[in-house]
Amino acid sequence: MAKGNILFTYLLRLADDHLILSQRLGEWAGHAPTLEEDLALTNIALDLIGQARSLYSYAGAVEGQGRDEDQLAFTRPERDYVNALIVEQPNGDFAHTIVRQFFIAAFMVPFWREMEKSGDDQLAAIAAKASKEVAYHLRHASEWVVRLGDGTDESHARMVEALEDLVMYTGELFEKDPVTDAAIEAGFAVDVSALEDEWRQTVEQVLGEAMLALPEVGYMQTGGRDGIHSEHLGHILSELQYMQRTYPGLTW
Amino acid sequence: MYSQGLIGADGKTDEDEAFLAAFQERIDAEQKIEPNDPMPEGYRKTLIRQISQHAHSEIIGMQPEGNWISRAPTLRRKAALMAKVQDEGGHGLYLYSAAETLGISREEMYQQLLTGAAKYSSIFNYPALTWADIGAIGWLVDGAAIMNQIALCRCSYGPYARAMIRICKEESFHQRQGYEILITLCNGSDEQKELAQDALNRFWWPSLMMFGPSEGQSVHSQQSMLWKIKRFSNDDLRDKFINATVPQAEFLGLKVPDPELKWNEEKQGYDHGDIDWDEFWRVVKGDGPCNRERMRTRRRVESEGAWVREAALAHAQKRAERQAVAPVAAE
Repeated sequence: MAKGNILFTYLLRLADDHLILSQRLGEWAGHAPTLEEDLALTNIALDLIGQARSLYSYAGAVEGQGRDEDQLAFTRPERDYVNALIVEQPNGDFAHTIVRQFFIAAFMVPFWREMEKSGDDQLAAIAAKASKEVAYHLRHASEWVVRLGDGTDESHARMVEALEDLVMYTGELFEKDPVTDAAIEAGFAVDVSALEDEWRQTVEQVLGEAMLALPEVGYMQTGGRDGIHSEHLGHILSELQYMQRTYPGLTW
Repeated sequence: MYSQGLIGADGKTDEDEAFLAAFQERIDAEQKIEPNDPMPEGYRKTLIRQISQHAHSEIIGMQPEGNWISRAPTLRRKAALMAKVQDEGGHGLYLYSAAETLGISREEMYQQLLTGAAKYSSIFNYPALTWADIGAIGWLVDGAAIMNQIALCRCSYGPYARAMIRICKEESFHQRQGYEILITLCNGSDEQKELAQDALNRFWWPSLMMFGPSEGQSVHSQQSMLWKIKRFSNDDLRDKFINATVPQAEFLGLKVPDPELKWNEEKQGYDHGDIDWDEFWRVVKGDGPCNRERMRTRRRVESEGAWVREAALAHAQKRAERQAVAPVAAE
């Protein structure tokens, strides 16, 4: 694979992660348990879509075929989307949303920190901005993990269920394949396998404070990076892409 | 809550003539009334009603626009819409805080919304059917809101006036964004222009209704004017809005759906057709296209979120207890 191709694919994966998670959090707008939380979730969604836009724009430039952020976001079908499976998981109840957010933020904090050292200046610059945002996301999610885990019997039970439902999607975050290997070799990527210990430490420390534990699973579901998704993604894209597919090629 | 020590919060203010005259004197001298100042019970109640209903409108108003977040046609528009809905939640927070300075809790106000005892703006009972509606809501609905709110920046009650100053800044930004959506549509394909015209057709009259009934019909108007809670009559503000908005529609190349709309040289303003007040009162009283749905959504969100709020409360209590038992260990 040529370097351009690898960088493009690498950027697309990151961009898709951020857009799809943003789309999920956007579903909460007006539906959160408190007004304050409504603002917080929308705030995070906004940060994520901002990161997605930077990444798509850069990916489009790297690809060099004139595709902009919108063409990349709105005209690729589900088999071409390469986000991690965890971000496309349904919001479920508030516990599921918080656990999903917590798992991802605990990963993205060290990820963006390492990416700040990227040999690619633009990626390093995107990382510098994202680092600040994701530190806030992790704080927000961690505080809720503790509140819900160490809240009522019901909230604790819901957290246990959410952890069990979502833990199988965390393995993909640390997965390496020929694209990541080539990207690491080219000097612009983060070696995600090296982040797993730190992630586990963060997660276990917060879960401990929340009287919860990380469920041990023997199987991690992956496939998102190859465009093999859960059944959820098609529905997300149906909504996301509806306007551009109905009225293609227009300015909005 | 700020209710402790507020004069009149118990409804037992001794409102003799001297008291009312002294209060009116302060109002007439354009002095801002602040939370700890004595105020007639009627003034307090009117403000609580108005500010809380304003806050409720922001909260319910998140629904029609939130409805389009997942489907916005570009990432830029999606981000702007998210930011806007987030701002609305923030406006709700400011306004609930302003109302709380009058001695009512946010929870109590919110219960009034959920039981239907308190109203919210009738406009949010109309559905956002197409993307163009998001533009029309920004342009017309926020435009109408701004007309009202600019006037409220000089409201006699300090906390409300200050909330309005902050809110107006963000609201004007949203209005420009909404108008820009329509400019883009009107410069676009025939289909896009049709979407824009259709949105104007559906939102024009409901936007005019946002200013409330005409003078004779407005129950609270006269006293509110005297107390300088309101600075302009409903009809004056509505006329101002029409005069500002018609040229904007013309700039877009859109037709305002009012065959009787005509420039009146003598009054230097537009004459307009009759507003369907039957529709207005029907919607205010609960029989608009989305009233039931808006309220059902709010009640569902409230009940589905109960366990989260209970957990937060239980955790805060546990934390406080642990700190009380072992203050040193908590360090």
